[in-house]
Amino acid sequence: MKPEASLKQEPERTKRHKSGTELTKQEEFIRKHKRHHHEITSWRTFLFVLFLVLWEVSADRKWIDSFFFSSPSRVLRCFVEQLRSNSMLSHIGVTLFETLFSFLLVIALSLLVATLLWHSKKLSEILEPYLVVLNSLPKSALAPLFIVWLGTGTRTIIVAGMSVAVFGSIISFYTGFQQVDSEKVTLIYTLGGSRRDAFLKVVLPGSVPILLSTAKVNIGLALVGVIIGEFLAARRGLGYLIIYGSQVFQLDMVITSIIVLCVIALGFYKSIQAIEHQIRIRFKM
Amino acid sequence: MQSILELKNIGYSYHNLHGETKALKDISFGVREGEFIAIVGPSGCGKSTLLSIIAGLLSPEEGTIVVNNPDGALHYPKIGYMLQRDHLFEWRTVYRNVTLGLELNHKMTPERLEAVDRLLKDYGLDKFKDKRPDELSGGMKQRAALIRTLALEPQLLLLDEPFSALDYQTRLFVSADICRLIRAAGKTMIIITHDLAEAISLADRIIVLSGRPAVVKKEVNVHLTLADDSPLAARNAPEFQQYFNMLWEELTHET
Repeated sequence: MKPEASLKQEPERTKRHKSGTELTKQEEFIRKHKRHHHEITSWRTFLFVLFLVLWEVSADRKWIDSFFFSSPSRVLRCFVEQLRSNSMLSHIGVTLFETLFSFLLVIALSLLVATLLWHSKKLSEILEPYLVVLNSLPKSALAPLFIVWLGTGTRTIIVAGMSVAVFGSIISFYTGFQQVDSEKVTLIYTLGGSRRDAFLKVVLPGSVPILLSTAKVNIGLALVGVIIGEFLAARRGLGYLIIYGSQVFQLDMVITSIIVLCVIALGFYKSIQAIEHQIRIRFKM
Repeated sequence: MQSILELKNIGYSYHNLHGETKALKDISFGVREGEFIAIVGPSGCGKSTLLSIIAGLLSPEEGTIVVNNPDGALHYPKIGYMLQRDHLFEWRTVYRNVTLGLELNHKMTPERLEAVDRLLKDYGLDKFKDKRPDELSGGMKQRAALIRTLALEPQLLLLDEPFSALDYQTRLFVSADICRLIRAAGKTMIIITHDLAEAISLADRIIVLSGRPAVVKKEVNVHLTLADDSPLAARNAPEFQQYFNMLWEELTHET
């Protein structure tokens, strides 16, 4: 009789457990989902803290040479020092400005060119190999030329930032335009619309998701280009700070700048994500 | 009754580097006012090409289309074209979707918008004006697409397999529903379909095309004795099976 009794007890216990906490399947699902997210966030934070602690401890215990590898406390000290002398904020500001400016120019220019390519199939066929070659060319190879042509200064750096992102961006935008359902374009014609209508009413609004995802990639690429430019042709900016720091063997300064760059990259990504979210809500996409 | 549109010896070919593909050959038929015509034929025979030519999206390589307006005017009848899918734009509200044609033709006049409002009300969509298309059912989307077409007040409606994206059950209801609305609006209609039952239940006349190059194989006038006006009534009519068998013979005979 014993095994039978235990079999009977099992479902009762689960029932009691359920009525005790009063969870419906939906609530249970939401709870599971939240727990999952919570877990991910905790792990992320844990890894970050673990890294900082290991870094600090190993520098403190002289397992690594903090002259070369710095340490969280030295980075913090360096950052505060630079803030006090007011130079850090201006370096950050310069890099931010240059990146945003070249990003906006990239978006404007590639929208314009992609529109022209969409407008003229012949032009797109003619230019295709040039775009492909320019896109796969390592843009850092062009930086010395920009310096000779444009001198050292903000202009060169913005052009360097643009050069990294612009060709890929044109190709992505144009591909996005082409992927719009051709029947939707036909619909515009059946309703008596022109080719211009087809572009403004279907192709452009239909490619918004691709425009956004390209923008997300491009802001990062513009930052890469700007830093390359600042390495070679600047007196201000985080790229300059990194090169300067390495030349005078102030590796604290180099590592501090790199960490600031990480934060900037994260900030850019999050801002575009927020914009994307807003647009998606507005247009219910 | 006189034809408002007369197709005379229409021919059309597609060209590519490997040669010429003849799609249509010597197609002639008339379209009378208020008539519902169904065009059936094997898939890929050029039915859509024919519709595009009637719509004026393609110009025929051979033959002509003669226009006989009742008032003697020479202009081409105004055409409304419904594609295979509803193609409502997700980034527009239902209202801005149905007024798209008016917007494109710069005809957002109070009278036209009033007519659109009336259609929305008649078709039970007025409550969904400010919703997005994905909040509508399949049938309501087709109705919205129909309003978008009717807003420009076309005389002749061309439907290119307009219900093929719907599941079978919805399709029975929606096709009967849309055609009832078009009849009530007093329009002339040409519908392409590969569904013989749909053609018999909706059309006054069925034009059977052959395989490529398509020629008119047969014209069938449909007269059904209807018991009621349910979507299934036509399919239960005593003559239905005879028409079906006749069309079936016609389509399968050649292969």
